[in-house]
Amino acid sequence: MDLLRFITAGSVDDGKSTLIGRLLYDSKSIMIDQLEAIERQSKNKEEGEIDLALLTDGLRAEREQGITIDVAYKYFSTPKRKFIIADAPGHIQYTRNMVTGASNSDLIIILVDARHGVIEQTRRHSIIASLLRIPHVVVAVNKMDLVEYSQDVYNNILIDYAALAKELGLTDITYIPISALNGDNIVENSTNIKWYEGANLLEILENVEVKNDVDLKHARFPVQYVIRPQTEDLHDYRGYAGKLVSGVYKKGDTVTILPSGFISTVSDIEINGKSVDEAFAPQSIILHLADDIDISRGDLIVKSDDLPKVEQEIEVLLCWMDAKPLQAGKKYLLQLNSAVVKSVVKEIEYKIDVNTLEKLPSPEQAGLNDVVKAVIKTAKPIAFDPYQNSRANGGAILIDESSLVTVGACMIQ
Amino acid sequence: MGAKNFDYLDQLESEAIHIFREVAGQFERPALLFSGGKDSITLVHLALKAFRPGKFPFPLVHIDTGHNFPEALQFRDELAEKIGEKLIVRKVEDTIKTKGLAEPKGKFASRNALQTFTLLDTIEEFEFDACIGGARRDEEKARAKERIFSVRDEFGQWDPKRQRPELWNIYNGKINKGENVRVFPISNWTELDIWNYIRREKIDLPSIYFAHDREVLEHEGQFVATSEFIKLEEADVISTRRVRYRTVGDMTCTAAVESSASNIDDIIKEIIATKTSERGETRIDDRVSEAAMEDRKKNGYF
Repeated sequence: MDLLRFITAGSVDDGKSTLIGRLLYDSKSIMIDQLEAIERQSKNKEEGEIDLALLTDGLRAEREQGITIDVAYKYFSTPKRKFIIADAPGHIQYTRNMVTGASNSDLIIILVDARHGVIEQTRRHSIIASLLRIPHVVVAVNKMDLVEYSQDVYNNILIDYAALAKELGLTDITYIPISALNGDNIVENSTNIKWYEGANLLEILENVEVKNDVDLKHARFPVQYVIRPQTEDLHDYRGYAGKLVSGVYKKGDTVTILPSGFISTVSDIEINGKSVDEAFAPQSIILHLADDIDISRGDLIVKSDDLPKVEQEIEVLLCWMDAKPLQAGKKYLLQLNSAVVKSVVKEIEYKIDVNTLEKLPSPEQAGLNDVVKAVIKTAKPIAFDPYQNSRANGGAILIDESSLVTVGACMIQ
Repeated sequence: MGAKNFDYLDQLESEAIHIFREVAGQFERPALLFSGGKDSITLVHLALKAFRPGKFPFPLVHIDTGHNFPEALQFRDELAEKIGEKLIVRKVEDTIKTKGLAEPKGKFASRNALQTFTLLDTIEEFEFDACIGGARRDEEKARAKERIFSVRDEFGQWDPKRQRPELWNIYNGKINKGENVRVFPISNWTELDIWNYIRREKIDLPSIYFAHDREVLEHEGQFVATSEFIKLEEADVISTRRVRYRTVGDMTCTAAVESSASNIDDIIKEIIATKTSERGETRIDDRVSEAAMEDRKKNGYF
């Protein structure tokens, strides 16, 4: 049994909550007391039917206003897989929430209303999927019941979306016609859509191949913490604790410590107190080196035959997440895995219209939910891989120096 | 084990260890909030994997309401002794005395809300900057929205509208003086994941998690253990039943479930078959209102 993290993109109007509600309900992940609570509330709202959206709206303000403000995480499993759903709001004013949910997702379900086809919102969600490099895309054409389950309508949407996907460079795309409300093609194959011969949505989610999404080629090990017991029997013990974000390490590998550039050899690898010959991403391990070198949190250990970039000036695609606008010339802290460095945003080259992908040159500042291309200079060199090759070592956050809040998400180019 | 059969429990475990080490790397004075329940026992097991052969970079801290199950307290002391880590206990009883707080009234008078005062005092006393807890997002809908690194202001309050975005595997633990962070390494685990992990890792649990005979009081369809903390009335229906606990909280606000499951395999079978959620079945304190948990968190509860 493995794990799939996915995000659903769409708004309440697209049937997103109904879809999630149905996946949870049909996989038996909603319990009786939770349903009763929803029923009570639905009655409070004087609506006739159970409102499945109430399942995902966790905060009082959300329930009162009938909106989703924040990313909620929902869980269900089948005998094949455990699923983690990042349920993020789809409107443009919540782009930052969608970016957050997308950053950890293996797959995105993009909901398209069969009556409206590929619209601005579909473009925006797809652009975010491509910016964040979500490996797998499922285009779910919903509300097929409202277009009389028409194959022509469905096929036309496919043609439109294929053009968009090509423009954005999205590759692994699965299409499916559904009706979340009626349960068509969700966990059972629809009898209303006989012309569709593919798998139902749950089967797609259960079977999409995610093992290959873990990068086992480029060995990258950010040091989180140094373990030094300093007891009598472990006097010389010095282990580097961290999680392999990508790649494989073996005893005897020649490694380089960045940014210092020192070279050493892997003398031992420990997992759960046992010595092992080999470790792979995403295992949490303790690494031992043959030489006594000054290594601390924030350093990146890599294999010497495959070095990442080490630079002090980087180009990033940046999603701005704070109400206070980003200004060129302002200083921030940049955090990439365990490394934190002071940095300054030197230049905002252009702003990307997330609905059209159009570039608007030289904006003075970037506001909440804006996506911009920017140049950042760091106080010390940082070791990274371009985000397009490595989500694990190419994504960084910006932190405001005074409020200490996370204000930006960077995809390093 | 190869990369190809790294399963979901391995992934959850590695994620939790990573979070533990982020706490160790980012904070000066962290603490692990330990209740004696299965989730915090699982946290201790994960911390051993994260830091051995070193010592934990934090003490275990128990906020003792005085209404705990004796089996859980005994287990707590034995576990701390066995792993050789420091245990700090602070009692709600003492907070009630020194602060002159009113004891909650009623038949199932729960000190659950008062716990927050003692927790905040303890955080202040030791200047803890991070408190690791065993809350899971599947437990409750307000928890489903909380970050893994959840920043609290100097009054311990959670502000759901001002949460930091949490991207990739990057955790921003930077805080201003007086603030603290609650950290939840098993956020992404479900109740079933916990039990499957306990089975796989052969983790010991207090005996009350397994079926045993107990004198219970029937209350609105739930079974509450009789104890010195509950005032019995004439009309009360008392009986001895074969029960186990699905969660372990205070004796006053935790209900038992009827069960004959005396080993982990049987418990897992029951949990797969159950139609009631963990908190719904066993917690009297969640029934107060729809936003009971959200409100408590806003007041500093973990």
